[in-house]
Amino acid sequence: MRTVTVVGASLAGLQSVTQLRAQGYDGRIVVLGAEAHRPYDRPPLSKGFLEGSASTADLALSDPADEAGLDAQWLLGIQAARLDAATGTITLSDGTEIATDGVVIATGGSPRTLPGSEELDGVYTLRTIEDAVNLRAELTGGASSVVVVGAGWIGAEVASTCRSLGLRVTVVEAADAPLAGALGKEMAAVCTALHDDHGVTLRCGVGVERFSRRRHGDRDRVTGVVLADGTTLPADVVVVGVGMRPTTGWLAGSGIDVDDGVVCDSGCVTRVPSVVAVGDVARYRSAAGHLVRHEHWTNASEQPATAIRNLLAGSTIEDYRPSGYVWSEQYGVRLQFTGHTGHAEEVEVIDGSPDDRKFVAVYRRGGNPVGVLAMNNAKLFARTRRQLTSALVS
Amino acid sequence: MIPACALEDLPPGESVRIQADVPIAVFNADGELYAIDDTCSHQDASLADGWLEGCFVECPLHAALFDLRTGMPSCLPAKKPVRTHTVLVYDDHIYVDTRARELVDAPAGGHDDAVPSESVA
Ligand SMILES: Cc1cc2nc3c(=O)[nH]c(=O)nc-3n(C[C@H](O)[C@H](O)[C@H](O)COP(=O)(O)OP(=O)(O)OC[C@H]3O[C@@H](n4cnc5c(N)ncnc54)[C@H](O)[C@@H]3O)c2cc1C
Ligand code: FES
Repeated sequence: MRTVTVVGASLAGLQSVTQLRAQGYDGRIVVLGAEAHRPYDRPPLSKGFLEGSASTADLALSDPADEAGLDAQWLLGIQAARLDAATGTITLSDGTEIATDGVVIATGGSPRTLPGSEELDGVYTLRTIEDAVNLRAELTGGASSVVVVGAGWIGAEVASTCRSLGLRVTVVEAADAPLAGALGKEMAAVCTALHDDHGVTLRCGVGVERFSRRRHGDRDRVTGVVLADGTTLPADVVVVGVGMRPTTGWLAGSGIDVDDGVVCDSGCVTRVPSVVAVGDVARYRSAAGHLVRHEHWTNASEQPATAIRNLLAGSTIEDYRPSGYVWSEQYGVRLQFTGHTGHAEEVEVIDGSPDDRKFVAVYRRGGNPVGVLAMNNAKLFARTRRQLTSALVS
Repeated sequence: MIPACALEDLPPGESVRIQADVPIAVFNADGELYAIDDTCSHQDASLADGWLEGCFVECPLHAALFDLRTGMPSCLPAKKPVRTHTVLVYDDHIYVDTRARELVDAPAGGHDDAVPSESVA
């Protein structure tokens, strides 16, 4: 293999370059990034960066010295428009072609939007630095009320940050029990109660019908959200956090299977052995035999080690086994979980108490531990997670 | 010199956090004692709460690994080192000498932003 092209210059892309070098690959590496930025960290975009306590410099995932050591060619601000996996050709958005022996797909995803939000000022999604900078400017520029659509992780974190910026916040969620899929009903309720603890109104089980708007110059500006039950929630700013969609459009006609992500085998290898996928975009076969895709930092950080090993070997010699570790920070509470916290049969609080917002809980199935959740107890979480590692078969 | 605790109160695998000018974490890694700045160089986590594996500690928050001997992070999301400090045992008590290493390590342990001006000086 003489040239490997990494498409996507974010966490999974950077870790792929690092792994290529760490695993002894000494050929040419080309990295393509649609964003103009060097790899940066997204988690602070809904937390410290949005709040103003973290700077752009704090987001950097690499510095010039790291990059010099990686000896890769970074083409930033340009997209891969097409891939022909059979011939190993990537066509860029400006028409340039790159001949490549190996391809690492690390194109992540982009936020889902709601119909009617196009061409409407004051409605935001959050994925990039620019999104966060623009949203922050609105939040600190005289807005007094915010509606957050979606009570998932990002929605909850944005609500929390808006609250700490002193805004009035309402969270609207179509599902009856947000986060229940991730944490089970009982513990999800503990997490969503944080909104109430901090004076944020949470409206569950009701969808958004449309945005209300007013004319402002030659543009429309949002004035609120009209719910399916007819209620209107006035808002100066609306943030939509209703999930993301993997970025796979550029793979049309490539010969790579796409179905809610890039379809791979248990080792993150696509049907073409010289093409692997990593991070939020990768849908691989889990130990249980299901196609799964994760949208979390640790996965994007860990997956490249396996994907690159298999890419360099030319076949799948190692299966990917995620540590499954996820964190979130909201309302000053640190949430950490790992394993199968979604569909366990029972949950036992082994330390502390949910009422105090400080506890560790173990999830069990058939009596066996399958997951751990902690609030504000990082030390015991780390210990419990390690004790259970062997039991937490994914 | 800052007293940490009695030697017997820090068995292998354990850590303790002490307050100096900044908090410091002292570890017993299989019998070897190490001291580093307690606050992770990434964000606000206490490394004394981390998981000890050989002479590395894993940050309890985002799992960056720090080498207790050098303070260097060996994986993301941390990029900057934490300061290391000398540990002394006296009369079955553990003490941390924050001063000596601070001077030696100051340039390497400083902020990235500070590097250009320091190299000029
Ligand atoms: C606001 C926010 C908060 C988060 N908080 C947490 C958290 O607290 N905990 C947690 O575990 N996870 C969190 N995450 C998730 C975590 O950031 C993602 O899992 C991680 O960024 C995935 O990395 P990735 O490299 O796979 O994809 P991405 O970070 O999405 O990067 C993909 C990159 O590829 C580029 N790209 C796309 N298409 C092309 C193309 N055709 N050509 C060239 N480049 C292309 C994109 O522009 C992008 O830069 C958060 C995410 C967001 C947005
Ligand atoms: S706070 Fe230590 S790795 Fe993030």
